[in-house]
This record gives sequence, C-alpha cells and structure tokens, in this order.
Amino acid sequence: MQLPVINNTTSEAPKGGCSAGSCGSKDEQMSHLPEHIRQKVFNHPCYSEEAHHYFARMHVAVAPACNIQCNYCNRKYDCANESRPGVVSELHHPVQAVKKVLAVAATIPQMTVLGIAGPGDPLANPERTFETFRMLSEQAPDIKLCVSTNGLSLPEQVEQLSQYNIDHVTITINCVDPDVGAQIYPWIFWKNKRIKGREAAEILIAQQQKGLEMLVAKGILVKVNSVMIPGVNDKHLEEVSKIVKAKGAFLHNVMPLISEAEHGTYYGLTGQRGPTHEELQALQDACEGDMNMMRHCRQCRADAVGLLGEDRGAEFTMDKIEKMDINYPEAMKMRAEVHAAINEELESKRLARESKVQVINIQGIRKATNTRPVLMAVATKGGGVINEHFGHAGEFLIYEASSEGVRFIGHRKTTPYCEGDISCGDGESVLDKTLKVLAGCEAVLCSKVGYEPWGPLEAAGIQPNGEHAMEPIEDAILKVYEEMRAAGKLEAKADEQQKVA
Amino acid sequence: MALEIIELCTNCWACQPLCPSKAIYEAKPHFMIDPDKCNECSGDFEDSQCASICPIEGAILNEEGLPMNPPGSLTGILKLAA
Repeated sequence: MQLPVINNTTSEAPKGGCSAGSCGSKDEQMSHLPEHIRQKVFNHPCYSEEAHHYFARMHVAVAPACNIQCNYCNRKYDCANESRPGVVSELHHPVQAVKKVLAVAATIPQMTVLGIAGPGDPLANPERTFETFRMLSEQAPDIKLCVSTNGLSLPEQVEQLSQYNIDHVTITINCVDPDVGAQIYPWIFWKNKRIKGREAAEILIAQQQKGLEMLVAKGILVKVNSVMIPGVNDKHLEEVSKIVKAKGAFLHNVMPLISEAEHGTYYGLTGQRGPTHEELQALQDACEGDMNMMRHCRQCRADAVGLLGEDRGAEFTMDKIEKMDINYPEAMKMRAEVHAAINEELESKRLARESKVQVINIQGIRKATNTRPVLMAVATKGGGVINEHFGHAGEFLIYEASSEGVRFIGHRKTTPYCEGDISCGDGESVLDKTLKVLAGCEAVLCSKVGYEPWGPLEAAGIQPNGEHAMEPIEDAILKVYEEMRAAGKLEAKADEQQKVA
Repeated sequence: MALEIIELCTNCWACQPLCPSKAIYEAKPHFMIDPDKCNECSGDFEDSQCASICPIEGAILNEEGLPMNPPGSLTGILKLAA
C-alpha cells in the first residue's frame, strides 16, 4: 500500500546530518546513521532526540497479558497519577483502541507514532496486538507503528510483525548472563509450564537474542531498552550494549530502575535502589563508546498520549472519544500540512544552527580548547526552544556544554515549583526538591524565573537565567557558555562561589 | 474437579486463551471459570495452564479452596517479610 504521507516528498527527513540534541558534539546522535534509517526515525519522538521536541507519540493499552515476571513490575498496579511503564487506567479492545488513535491523531496532528507497549507484553497478546495494527495500517496509513516486547515470544512473531509495516521494535534486554537474569526475572511461562530461576533467565535471554537477530535480518529497526539496576546489572550492561550493537540494534536506551516502595514491586519492597543521575549518566557515557545511546526517554505509561514528557491521556478517555466525530481522511490532509511545516522548520533550524555554530567557533570556543565542561538545565515545553517558566517546569532537560559543543545528557523530573494556586503554599519544600534535582548544573535557562527561587538557586551554585526566552536551546546554551568563558569561569574547576555574570 | 478464580484477579487476560477446555470467560468484576467445563487440564497438560501463567498469588484456588500459587511463591516477597 502506498503510504501517502510517509513516502511523499513533504515528509522526507531534512537533508544533512545535524540533530538538535547533539549538534557539534563528538558523538552526534543521528548523523552517523545510514540514510535509510535516518529517514525512518527523523520524525519518531522516541528514536530521535530532535524529533521529540516536535512530534508526539501515543500508546494504546490493548495488551494486558504477560508471559514473564520482572522484579521491577507489579501487575496489580493501575494509577492515573503514575507515569511509568506497565501502568494504565483503561484497557482497550482493538476496535476501541483504533477509535482512540484516530481521535488523537486528528486532534494532535503532531502525533506520528503509535506504539503498543503493554501493560503486559504485546507479543503475549498476539491476537489483540495484531488486530490493532492491521486496522490501523488500513485506516491510518500515515501513522508509524511500533511495538515493544520482553522478547520471549518474539522469534515466533517476527514473520507477522514484518507483514504489518511495523518497522520499529523495542526489546527490553537487561542481561545476557543467566546468573544476572535470575536476579531480575523470577519466572517465565514457556511451553505450557511456569519455569523459575536460572533456567527461566537462560530461555528468555536465548529468545531475546534470537529475536534481535531475526528482526535485523528482516530489516526491521531494533532499539534495545535496558533497566539499570545498581548492584545487579549495572556493570553488566556495558557488555549487553556491545553485544546488541554487534548484532545490529541501532539504538540503546539505558533507563533508571523505578522502585518506590509504594509501587509494591519486589525491588521496591526489598529496598533495591535505582541509580543516581550521575550513575546513570556515567553508564550511558561508558556504553556510548560502543553505540548510539538514547537519553531523552521518559519511561512512559503504556497508555501515554502526547509529546514525551507530557501526558494528555485524560483528554481521550473512551467516553470522550465516543462523542467525537472523526473524519480521518480529512484529518490526514491537515496532518500532512502540519508535518510538512515542522519539517520545514527543522530544516531551517538546521541551516541556522550550522552557520551560528561556525561563527561561535571562530569567535572563541574552539580556540579555547581547555575550557571545562558545564552542565546546564533547560525548561522547555517543546519546539526545541526555551519556553517554560522555572516554576511551571515539571522536568528539566540537562545539557553539557564544552569546547566540543553542546550535547544532550538527559532529563530530570521534579514537581513544578509553583502550580498557580494549587501548591504555592508548599513552595519551599518543592523548591528544595528542584534544587536537589538540578545538582551539578551551573545554570538553569528558563523563559522566566521568579524572585523567590532566585536567591536559593544562586546560593546552590545554579545561576538562574531568563534572558534567552524563545531562543533555540543549543544556541542559548552556547551563548551562556561563551559568557562564562569570557568571564574566566571555565578555566579551573567550579568552586562554590562561581556565578555567571 | 475444577479450579476457581477469586476477586484477587486483575483481569489481565493471560489465562483465558490458554484454557484447553474453554472454561475461562470474561466477567465482572473478574474472569470466571465454568466449573462444569474445567478439568484442571488433565489429559491436556501436565500443569494447569491458568495457574501456570497467572501472575497474582492466591487468585486461583484448587478444589479444596487452597491457592494454586501460594503467597510468596511467585514474587518471593513473603519470604522476605518473614
């Protein structure tokens, strides 16, 4: 079938190879990808760091059953206030799911990707998963389809996956050593039996690796997700990264373990901690020598809707969708226009960025080769620009500026310092939390910063900066870095009194 | 002989397609087993299929009313508390 939007000229990836999140960095995220892969991922928010500022995704919860147990998952959980994998509020039958996808795609034209991610394992629910994909590939050919899986039943499903235009698959691979696996997976359901312990992990690992090889052989893009569990698989994941890259995975996403006691998971109840920001970044850096790393993952719910970092799922409950009248062929025209406009914007930003980077390089940063790297936090609502108030930010994007340029490090969640009338009374403790979240950063760039948090931020060695509202993120960071350089703040290690002029 | 699903069931659908006797059906507030159809998989499988994939300890009972998957048997959590 001809895919009217994906294949037509208006939706082609902007040419050239500079992505916003890592422009000028030594391991630039997308430019080293082969062109055919870049064309597949440039508008996929989960696979392209730049795309995630512009394009939205959604998950539909059609796959409740699971064939394994992970120690970081509690199958009893369902909470609207929780944002993490495996959690949903409303389970859908395929027909309802398709209705929801069409409603969201017509309302949020930036939505380019539909994923099935759970709340169980999509491939342990093959009828429901493939029925959803079949209907969507017929009714909404302009939406990319993707699926994530634990890999246990992947080898037997590869053939069917390749029939539905599913060109992206995510496999969660936490280990390649069964002794490590036995500490993560208490059991699997395999060939009509429940298998426990090391034997279970051995089977799961073999299936994951076989599935990865089969997908790559079919030309299907594979991303590997790994949950970093300190003391269990943290060291081991470097080896995992090497192996999956050698087998042809195009992106590795190392995510931090989520293990709050109140989630009732085995890890939560046994006090297994998740990694610190620093530990996660160190492991991602260590793996990066081997392959393309993903750092903008938000560990979405299995029914998330919207840009990464936001969830508009509440706007699209089944009772609301029933009242919507969707003319999808009409919506598809509008969507194509929106996508074309975004692509144009991306292309012009890329050109502007290239010329600006050159100017700044000539002016100084490249010459001053021994300036030290600096972490900066950014508040953004999307669009690749600084456009969020400090007090409204529910998360900060963390960038590292250095003589090499700007690179995206990751995101850190917090509670918005001020949510209007709702939680201002609690402002002080919330600010403390944000200060902790921003530890290690020397500047925070927002569209605006209030008077109240200004002092505590400065005292914590984090310079508030509201001077670059609506500017592209990388440009603003380079400017602030250059100011710091000019003020002589980049020569030595940061000391506690340093502030940006 | 028949197994029974009780209110601990989270409606995850894992068991329903596995039942060789088609004894499991969707119901409110949770899935049910038709006791006239269920034979605990005897003759079909060594282990009862629903109880072998069910992730919730205590959600499926045997004919004596005892859990097929007792507390701690799947998650190891009880063992830790003890």
